[in-house]
Amino acid sequence: MNIGVLALQGAVAEHMRSLEEAGVKAVAVKRPEQLDELQGLVIPGGESTTIGKLMRKYGFIDAIRAFSAQGKPIFGTCAGLIVLANHIESQQGPEEPHLGLMDMTVLRNAFGRQRESFETDLNVHGIDEPVRAVFIRAPLIKAVGADVDVLCEVNGEIVTARQGHLLACSFHPELTDDANLHRYFAEMVKQHLNVAG
Amino acid sequence: METGTARVKRGMAEMQKGGVIMDVMNAEQAKIAEAAGATAVMALERVPSDIRAAGGVARMADPTIVEEVMKVVSIPVMAKARIGHYVEAKVLESLGVDYIDESEVLTPADEVFHIDKNEFTIPFVCGAKDLGEALRRIGEGAAMLRTKGEPGTGNIVEAVRHMRLINSQIRKIQNSSKDELYAEAKNLGVSYDLLLQIHESGKLPVVNFAAGGIATPSDAALMMHLGADGVFVGSGIFKSDSPEKFARAIVEATTHYQDYALIAQVSKNLGTPMKGIEISKLAPSERMQDRGW
Repeated sequence: MNIGVLALQGAVAEHMRSLEEAGVKAVAVKRPEQLDELQGLVIPGGESTTIGKLMRKYGFIDAIRAFSAQGKPIFGTCAGLIVLANHIESQQGPEEPHLGLMDMTVLRNAFGRQRESFETDLNVHGIDEPVRAVFIRAPLIKAVGADVDVLCEVNGEIVTARQGHLLACSFHPELTDDANLHRYFAEMVKQHLNVAG
Repeated sequence: METGTARVKRGMAEMQKGGVIMDVMNAEQAKIAEAAGATAVMALERVPSDIRAAGGVARMADPTIVEEVMKVVSIPVMAKARIGHYVEAKVLESLGVDYIDESEVLTPADEVFHIDKNEFTIPFVCGAKDLGEALRRIGEGAAMLRTKGEPGTGNIVEAVRHMRLINSQIRKIQNSSKDELYAEAKNLGVSYDLLLQIHESGKLPVVNFAAGGIATPSDAALMMHLGADGVFVGSGIFKSDSPEKFARAIVEATTHYQDYALIAQVSKNLGTPMKGIEISKLAPSERMQDRGW
């Protein structure tokens, strides 16, 4: 089972380390053709404007949409969450969505600037132990569609959600030694493989 | 909820990896940088090559410029404080900039002490030309490093020298025996504990970008090839003939630094890069890399 990490910009190495900690083989993805060999994909934290531009430039938008249409799981963290959403807002106004795969409205830099960035322990539905969550200029999910399950909230605001084979969180599980969320995602990929045979 | 922890500060720099941070002097340039795919902008009153040309004392930018830039872009905004200038750094923190560069590009305010960066909520990036400087800055609380290079010259040679030196010193520490580390700590002027971390992990505990002299897409890719986590481009973009094209090309070359056909493609018809300066033509007093201790 190979899981890719989109390697256009951001915390790629950290996700690969966490995936390996969770017992799966991680592959850095620089070209859309590489997606054919993968059963799951992580879209890492970084700058969503940069990652979104490079995705368009190199044909990743259609390629990842096709990947998703096969039911292959995708996990987006922070910028990755923004890239997955079908509605994006920022202090500067509404923005063009990137992949638009998940039915949710995301507000960028929702907690404020870097000064307001923080870490805390959170309970995520489906994970037994508390997760150490690092929020960096993080987005939050303001609203979700009927098919989206909320897995975690901070002060009543949604920070982790799942829509079938798509998983997204506002924080950075890749910046800690706790690979529980990566294990959860690896399990989603395994289940898809079992169903797909 | 804990703010300003080492993980939150260093993590912010991790999110910049593989990216290009661009110097900008106004809102219009900031928008060009963001549109080209910059991962952050550095808001300045003057780019390093203009600081060189102007001479005199270079200080923190007018807060109006910093605020103007913060208003128009959604990506992180960095700003520079003078080495050792605690108050300039506090002023920038109060404005809400996302990262402070305690920078040798500005005229140092203190000839002995750098800012105690541990007490700030805002993370700092600092320049280093060898492992000793790098670890002293980390000890003071820097959450990100960059090579010093020789800013405003458009000449990559010093950044290459600094990146190679730091990496070869790390390899040496990694291969030293534990008892040798005590003497190495003394030679480098750094704490034994930090050196022990390098010995055990074989890498710096924070992200290390390249800076100081990057003028072309190939320059950016060369620094990535030498192990930089990303690049700062100062005068190289807005002192070139066509800033938008240069900015986009440098972003792509940084992402795909091992794809030489792609770098060739993005390097076509860019126009003239910034005019460079041969390092040996600089008087000792004009060498910015010798500022900081």
